[in-house]
Formats: sequence, structure tokens, C-alpha cells
Amino acid sequence: MTPDDDDAPREAIHDEVPSDEVGAAVVARFPGTVFAESHGQAVVYVDRERWHDVAAFLHDEQRFTQCVDVTAADHLVDVDRRVPSGVSAERFEIVANYLSHPRNRRIRAICEVALDEAEVASIVDVFPGVAFAEREVFDLFGITFAGHDDLTRILMPDDWVGHPLRKDDSPSRVPVTFKEDPGPR
Amino acid sequence: MTDDVINLTPEGRRLESQTDEGAQLLRPRAGDASSREVVLTGGPWPDVDDTMIINMGPQHPSTHGVLRIMMELDGETVLRAKPVIGYLHTGMEKTGEELTFVQGATNVTRMDYASPLSNELVFATAVERLLDLEVPPRATWIRMLMVELNRMSSHLLFQATNGMDLGAVSMMIYGWRERELTLRLLETITGLRMNHNYIRPGGVAADLPDGWQHDTLELCSLVERGVGEYNELLTDNPIWRERTVGVGLITTEQALALGATGPILRSTGFAWDLRRAQPYLAYDDVDFDVIYSEHGDVFDRYQIRLYEILESIKIVRQCVDRMPAGDYRVQDRKVTPPPRARIDESMEALIHHFKLFTEGFRVPAGETYVAVESPRGEIGCYIVSDGTAKPVRLHVRAPSFYNLQSMDAMVPGGMFADAVAIVSSIDPIMGEVDR
Repeated sequence: MTPDDDDAPREAIHDEVPSDEVGAAVVARFPGTVFAESHGQAVVYVDRERWHDVAAFLHDEQRFTQCVDVTAADHLVDVDRRVPSGVSAERFEIVANYLSHPRNRRIRAICEVALDEAEVASIVDVFPGVAFAEREVFDLFGITFAGHDDLTRILMPDDWVGHPLRKDDSPSRVPVTFKEDPGPR
Repeated sequence: MTDDVINLTPEGRRLESQTDEGAQLLRPRAGDASSREVVLTGGPWPDVDDTMIINMGPQHPSTHGVLRIMMELDGETVLRAKPVIGYLHTGMEKTGEELTFVQGATNVTRMDYASPLSNELVFATAVERLLDLEVPPRATWIRMLMVELNRMSSHLLFQATNGMDLGAVSMMIYGWRERELTLRLLETITGLRMNHNYIRPGGVAADLPDGWQHDTLELCSLVERGVGEYNELLTDNPIWRERTVGVGLITTEQALALGATGPILRSTGFAWDLRRAQPYLAYDDVDFDVIYSEHGDVFDRYQIRLYEILESIKIVRQCVDRMPAGDYRVQDRKVTPPPRARIDESMEALIHHFKLFTEGFRVPAGETYVAVESPRGEIGCYIVSDGTAKPVRLHVRAPSFYNLQSMDAMVPGGMFADAVAIVSSIDPIMGEVDR
């Protein structure tokens, strides 16, 4: 562990020849996709336009049977972070973890999107199980998924304003009221 | 799949019994699971085309918390069911971004409150992977022991509530009795019945107390006896079978597509268990079976969880036999606090202790996803770190959150009363659904 080692490159370094066969297949099929290895896990950085195509490719041709999780991360306070070469860092990262049961391997797809174009194609038609997860990402990050037929808030109330997991959405924005509170003075 | 899995098909269905009579062969099922007939008495009813939309929950007792299900009914038949969630949303992932990695375990442990140690395990493993930290063997085995004890208590809770939901109220008392014994052992080890904060990055919070072997083995035999009683009470009970066999059918394809994991996936004839498929801790060193069956109905999910208690007991016994000696946490003072006694005599220890609990430790920048098998399925933890002491993003892939969606495949076409049995068999914990 090197806690003070800020100048060290991030774990994920762009490999010219991906060490993972699925990652190699994705990179070969979709030019512009960048393969990286993060703590022994295969990660592909995917273009926004290719998000759905990569999901369909993994499902149809690489026998990935399940998309176990779709989530996102907001890097507003972390904009100068290190990303693998060939990837342009944007504010949001949409993350999908795929699992292939017959091949017993995982791969993670990450897509960088900026605030003004925070939309990707929904992969619900390929993996119906991510319907809830995409709603959650929409609810908490405000990232929309084109083609999702029920993209409504799932965890927050329907009339909620804002997207709580964005870094500029302060948790103290909504004042906590207590019983018999004297109110603002 | 692998050879050493117990097949619960009608031919192979058996209980690995610990009773004196040896292994019991369970009676094969009469008839096909899908050939269930419902005989309606009364009537004739007026022939109306209207369907009715009713809300079940969020306060309905058999929704295990605050789950709301909107159902469209045609008479007693459910046409569509839509789970509505969010009533228990407390922003735990947002809270996780405000807490340091030292404090994080107290947060994640409250998500799935029926199996808190799985949450702690997946969080601690993810942090350790970012730190490139190897925990000592004793810590690994203690973790495995604790997670399996927790799997027992979680499945016992399921047996209790599942019985209660289907009208076997005495089952609730029995299930609760054995669960309480399990929680009592967890309390002697961790100090708390639930929300333990016991598995932490770097190891576990404390060593096992004196006499834990005796307590654990005694618990194992008590729970084993209890499981035998449940089996006798429910498995061949015609009322129980009437309520569960052939109800809430789901196929492997549907379960995989809908993201279902754990006992729901295993009930469809797909023997997938992360403990076996992608071993973590020391699961490749212990002997246990993956329980699966082929009908994909409520009865199978009940029986899989029942037998998984026995498999957990098997693992726990091996943990008692083979618990290695040594440290129960890493001796890296940057990650684990010094022993309490050292603080009185060493300035260094005091500084380390102070720094750890005020600032926490810094985790190198990076991101990782770690998955383990919780009692409900695959629980995953996705952590993004920017090199500070707090995560940029802490996401927990909650198995119940995804498993709830499998209702889409199970509920429509069934009776309204079956919906209760199906929700119960999914065993959702709303704390982790809503986080």
C-alpha cells in the first residue's frame, strides 16, 4: 500500500494486446474501444454510441448470460483523474458488469458521458434484468437511457427535484425538520 | 455442473439426514408441477370483463417491510404485477461517500439486515483489493465461519416468515427459536445480534472468544435438530404442498434474463453458486454441496434454503475443526488500529489509533467490483476511489433488488393468494432493495 503515491499511474493501464480474450474480442469488433485491466478484472471503455452494441455483442456472440449490475459514478470533484490512454475522461461514468455463466468470467464495460449528453441506449431489450438498475441510475444521477419504456424514479419520490448521487446535489439542501421544531428564526 | 451437487429432482430428491435412520429418500412428487388444478366452489359468478387494480402494501405484513405491489386482477387471477419500491430509501450509498473506509462497514452492514456479515464481507474485500492487502489465514477462516453462521440465521428467518406467510404460524415460532440461538452465538462473538461491524478492511474486529468451539458445535446440533423438525412439519404436509408446489414457476432462461441469482436461480435447475464457481475466502478448501432443483416453484425455493442450512452447518463444523492459529487481522498499523493495551504505553500506537479513527486510511485511486454469494444471491460491491480516505462512489449490487424483478415471470397468471407465497419465496430484504 502506498498512500502518498499520488504520481503513480492508475492501476488501469492501456494494453496494446488485451490479456483477456473477451476484451480482445470487444476491442477487435469495436474500434475505438479501450481495454484495461483493473485489479485483475477485465474492463472495456466503450463509446457512448457503442454502449448497446457492446451489450448485444457480449450477449449474442460471447455467451454472456447476465448483466449483473448497471450503475454510474459522478467524477465532478475528481475531473483530473487518470484514465487509460485513449479514453477521454468525462464527468459521469456508466458502468455495467457482465457475467458469463458458461464461460465463468466477468467483464466490465465503462462509458464516459458528459453532463450535457448524459444519455446512452438502454440495454433492457438485451438484458431485461437491468430495468430496475437503469431506473435507479436515472433517478439518482439523471442519466437517461433511450429505449427504456418505463424510465421513472424508483427510489426517490416522484415529485423529487434533483438527482441525489450527483456530487453537486448537497445532502443538506433539504433541511431536516424535527417534531416541535420552532422553525426558522 | 459439478458432480458433488445434491440433485433435488423427483428421482434424486433426498435429505442428507443426520438422523439415526441414515439418509432419507423423500417421496417423489405426484404429478407434474405445472398440472396444478384449482377447483372453485360457489358461483356462478357474473361474467364481467372489468379488471381491478389493487395495491398490496406498502404496509402489508407479508411484504416483509415496505414493499408495494400494484396488481391488476381479473377476479382472483393476477394479470400483471408491478413492484413499487423506495419507501425505505435512506440514501445509504450517498452516506457511504461521506464516510471513510474505516467507517464504511457500519454503513453497509445496515443494508441487508438479515445477513449483515455478507455486506461487510463484500465491502471489506473490495477495499482490500484496492489496497492490495492480503488478510491472514485465521481472518479468512473466521470470516467464512461468520458468513456461514449468518447464512444459517438468514435462512432460518426465511423458514419462519415463509411459514407465517403461508399460514403455518407455528413454523414462525420454531424458525424464530433457532434463529435466536444463532444470533446469540453471533452476539457472543461480535457483541451485537445484528449490524455487527465485525468484518472490517484488514481482517475482523476481534478474535473468537474462549469456548467458541463448544458453543458453535452445540448450536450446530440444535439447528440440525430444528431443520429436521421443519422438514417433518412442512415438507410432506399436504396443505403446505398445496400452497407451494407448482406455484410461482420460473425457468432458467427467465431467471437469468431477469437478473435473478441465489436460491431463485438454483431452483430452476441451474447449479450456480459463487462459492463454488468463483471461490473466495477458503471455500475451495472446504467440502460442501450446491443445492439445486429443477421445478422452479415456491416449494423448491423453500427446500433449497432448508438444505442450505445443513450445508452451512457442514462448513461451520469444518471451520471449527480446521481454524488456523495466527493473527485475526493484518498487522499493518496503517490499516488496523493497535491493540488497546499498546495505546497506554506507546506514543506511536496512540498516533496511529488517532489518525485511523479521525482521518482513516487512504486508498489508492482505482475502481473494482467484488461479488460474493449472500443468502439471497450475488451481492456485489463497486467502489471507486480517488486516492483519499473516502470513496468517490460506493455501490452495492443488492441481490433482492434484482430478485424482485423475477416477480414479472412468476406472478402473472397465478392466483392472488399465490402472490403472497411468491413474494415470500423471493425473500426480499427491503433494507437492501431501497438502500
